[in-house]
Amino acid sequence: MSDRRLEIRDLHVSVETETGPKPILKGVNLVVNPGEVHAIMGPNGSGKSTLAYAIAGHPKYTITSGSVLLDGTELVELSVDERAKAGLFLAMQYPVEVPGISVANFLRTAKTAVDGQAPPLRTWVKKVSESLASMQLDDEFSARSVNEGFSGGEKKRNEIVQLDLLNPKYAILDETDSGLDIDALRIVSEGVNRYSAQGDRGILLITHYTRILRYIKPDFVHVFVDGRIVEEGDSTLADSLEETGYEKWVTEAGA
Amino acid sequence: MTTELHPVGSRAVADHPVPTGKEEIWRFTPVEKLAEFFDETLSRNGLWHHVEGISQNSQEPVATMGELDLGQSPRGQVLVPLDRSAAIAATKHAANHLVLEGTLTQPIRMTLTGESTDPTSDHLVIEAKPYSSATVLITYTGVAHHIGNVEILVGEGAKLTVVSLQDWEPTSIHLGQHEALVGKDATYRHIAVSLGGDIVRIQNNASYASTGGDIELLGVYFADAGQHLEHRLFVDHNRPKGTSHVDYRGALQGQGATSIWVGDVLIRPEAEGIETYESNKNLVLTDGCRAEAVPNLEIETGEILGAGHSASTGRFDDEQLFYLRSRGISEDEARRMVVRGFFAAILARIGIPDVEETLMARIDTELSSDKEK
Repeated sequence: MSDRRLEIRDLHVSVETETGPKPILKGVNLVVNPGEVHAIMGPNGSGKSTLAYAIAGHPKYTITSGSVLLDGTELVELSVDERAKAGLFLAMQYPVEVPGISVANFLRTAKTAVDGQAPPLRTWVKKVSESLASMQLDDEFSARSVNEGFSGGEKKRNEIVQLDLLNPKYAILDETDSGLDIDALRIVSEGVNRYSAQGDRGILLITHYTRILRYIKPDFVHVFVDGRIVEEGDSTLADSLEETGYEKWVTEAGA
Repeated sequence: MTTELHPVGSRAVADHPVPTGKEEIWRFTPVEKLAEFFDETLSRNGLWHHVEGISQNSQEPVATMGELDLGQSPRGQVLVPLDRSAAIAATKHAANHLVLEGTLTQPIRMTLTGESTDPTSDHLVIEAKPYSSATVLITYTGVAHHIGNVEILVGEGAKLTVVSLQDWEPTSIHLGQHEALVGKDATYRHIAVSLGGDIVRIQNNASYASTGGDIELLGVYFADAGQHLEHRLFVDHNRPKGTSHVDYRGALQGQGATSIWVGDVLIRPEAEGIETYESNKNLVLTDGCRAEAVPNLEIETGEILGAGHSASTGRFDDEQLFYLRSRGISEDEARRMVVRGFFAAILARIGIPDVEETLMARIDTELSSDKEK
């Protein structure tokens, strides 16, 4: 029996607030098999981003119960960097500025960390250059400080460059479509599709709008409301959401 | 109306009483540990020094090293001691005299090495001749209780970079005053890098001989447990149409790590059309540290292009660490990267790659050695 999958089991997550811990995720169950694209859709404040950050290990979120297994490895017990080394990647909605660290240095350090050895220099430089070009970023981009002074579109494209070069087993894309104009959305989507076309990678695509799903075809769509999945279906579910919105489930959840 | 927040100096030791610690210029300093630095009766030798980059023949461009007796020009023309220890060093024995002419593509590297805690002092005069271009790297190493003055003349149109690296052994104490007079249309860049020592306190002054001078006073420091690193800046805008830019960045790590930054900028009534900005940023890496930042801007004319200052003290940004670690980078490595990035903008201004790399490597050592404490 193969345990190759990203499996989220009854995941409960809370955040610390002034009035004590507040539950955000209330029992999430989800399996992403290699080669599958899952879209998670839901209204603002439903906990979609919390799911992404909790799986990646952000210190703000406490996993109170449940489990996240990556190819059989329990992620919940691992540190943030150990989760990345296990094969997890999170493309962030708001990539963080790191002044004084060049994109080139950052990419090489990250690649060395996730692979456990430095990439061969000659082929690596070429690979970086090609990856940047595929996102329509020029070589000078790699000399800039990570995310510092980047436009919204440049930040997102830089995330996809990392997705391409680090080539994780599973990628969570958190609102990668937000703040992108139509051309940037197409470029970014093509990058995600190239990653997906390898056939053995899993994607969890978190989005508020159906717009990106015109470019990235999900195998499964999950509707996320009030900290849990309330409806599941194939890509046609996204189409019906376009018409009905989330209201039906929001009313049911009493949120 | 004159407010006179800025310090006023004197060449006579007697004009500087032994500090009690209550004086404005000494209020942050542990003067109780410094009695010998204020005793003018003690005999003081100079530190052993080694210089690379001195010209071997008289062909231009040239860098020459000589000596200047007390009162021998140009010694004493620029540096006016602001405190007793600097006054004592200024009046002792012969001064080293480094003269720079032409365009020197290789940096002059001067290393001063202490061998004991016997009191020592040095007074170095650097004279950059008109239209010369040079970089001087002064490195302090070893064990010493040292007063080190550096007096700097930057001639008309000259471009001079002085890097002062305080890379002492942990028991060393280093006080001193650096002071530069910047000629017409000259560019003067001073970069203080303080890493080692028990106490380091440098008073760093600059003023203008004419119009059009460009002054940059940059600094990087890394205070470990129990270490006191103090940088006091004074830019005197005493001529029209000059620019000055002060940018100091420090990291602190360990119980009792202390950094003091005082930035005085005086814009005199005659300093019309000048522009100045000063900044100090501190990155506090652990509990138990103290970072003081005191910017003072005295403006005596409104006819200027601009004047501003900022000072900030903050902790590691958790979001930066999370971002790096989410890419597989370990916590230690991520912290090292953030600190390196914090200092990189300053060190990149040195313009000599091997010196920048050496300093970055030293900062890496500071980060890793502190973890073991």
